[in-house]
Amino acid sequence: MFDLTGKSALITGASGGIGGEIAKQLHGAGATVGLSGTREAPLQALAEELGERAHVLPCNLSDAEAVNALPKQAVEAMGAVDILVNNAGITRDNLFMRMSEEEWQSVIDVNLTSTFRLCKGVLRGMMKARWGRIVNVSSVVGATGNPGQANYAASKAGMVGMSKSLAYEVASRGITVNCIAPGFITTAMTDKLTDDQKTGILAQVPAGRMGDAGEIGAAALYLASPEAGYTTGTVLHVNGGMAMI
Amino acid sequence: MSDISDRVKKIVVEHLSVEEDKVKENASFIDDLGADSLDTVELVMAFEEEFGIEIPDDAAETIQTFGDAVKFITEAA
Repeated sequence: MFDLTGKSALITGASGGIGGEIAKQLHGAGATVGLSGTREAPLQALAEELGERAHVLPCNLSDAEAVNALPKQAVEAMGAVDILVNNAGITRDNLFMRMSEEEWQSVIDVNLTSTFRLCKGVLRGMMKARWGRIVNVSSVVGATGNPGQANYAASKAGMVGMSKSLAYEVASRGITVNCIAPGFITTAMTDKLTDDQKTGILAQVPAGRMGDAGEIGAAALYLASPEAGYTTGTVLHVNGGMAMI
Repeated sequence: MSDISDRVKKIVVEHLSVEEDKVKENASFIDDLGADSLDTVELVMAFEEEFGIEIPDDAAETIQTFGDAVKFITEAA
C-alpha cells in the first residue's frame, strides 16, 4: 500500500523489539534503512535478515558527539536521510521522592535531547529536498503519567511538545513531524512482567490484549509515507483503547 | 566583489523567487523581499555552501539585507 522506494530512513533503537519492527516495515515498503542502536550484534543480525538496503550505524545516544555525528554517517552510508525515526529510549524507574538527578538526567538526555540533536542534524537535507518525515516514538505515559516514571514520562511528553513546535516551523517545506504513543506492547521488556502484573495491565486495556510491535511498525510506516503529507504535529496513540486522547 | 555580489544575488533571486532588480544593496530579505524567518536560515545555508564558509548563528542574525550578505561574505571568503 505505501511505497518508500528510493527513500532512506534512519531508525534509532533498531536493536529493540519496536525499532526492529519499524525498520522491517519501512524496508519492506522499499526504503533503504540505517539501523542505529547501542548494541551492534542485534543490529548486524537484523541487517543480515533484511539483506540489501540495510546499513548498520551503531551509536551511543548518551554521547553528544556520537549523536551529532550520526546523521552525517547515515548520509554517507545511504546518500540522504529522508525519514528519521527516533525510537530509542531508556527507563530508569524510581519513585519521585527517591529519584536521583542522575536518573533524571540520563533519561532526559537519551530520550529527549538525542531526539533534538538528531532532528537538527537531518533537517538541512530535508529542507533542501523539500521533503522529510520525522517520526518520534513517544509513549502513552507521556500523556497520562505513570508512577515511578517521572523522568520517562517527562521525556516522552517533552518529545510531543518539541515535535509540535518543529512541525509548525517546517511544515511549509514539505517536512512532517509526528509522534507515535504506544501503549503496552509485547517486547523483551514486557516479557519480564509477572502474570499478576500482566493481568493488572490488561484490566486497563479495552482491547484485552497487549499490542504487537508490528502494530507500531504499521503506524510508523503510515507516518513515513508520502500519503501522510498532510498529517503533521499529531500524536498517533496506539494503545488498544487504554487512553482515548 | 562584483562576482560575489552576482553569486549572492543569484541565490536570493532563485530562493525567494523575486525579480533581480528588486535585490538592491539595502533590500531587506524579510521586509522587502518577502522572506520568512526560515527562508533567512535557508539563505544562510545556501551562502555557506556556495562560498565554502561557516556563518555562525550570531553573525547570521546581523545579515538582514542583500548588502549585509555581500559584505559579510566578502570579508569571510
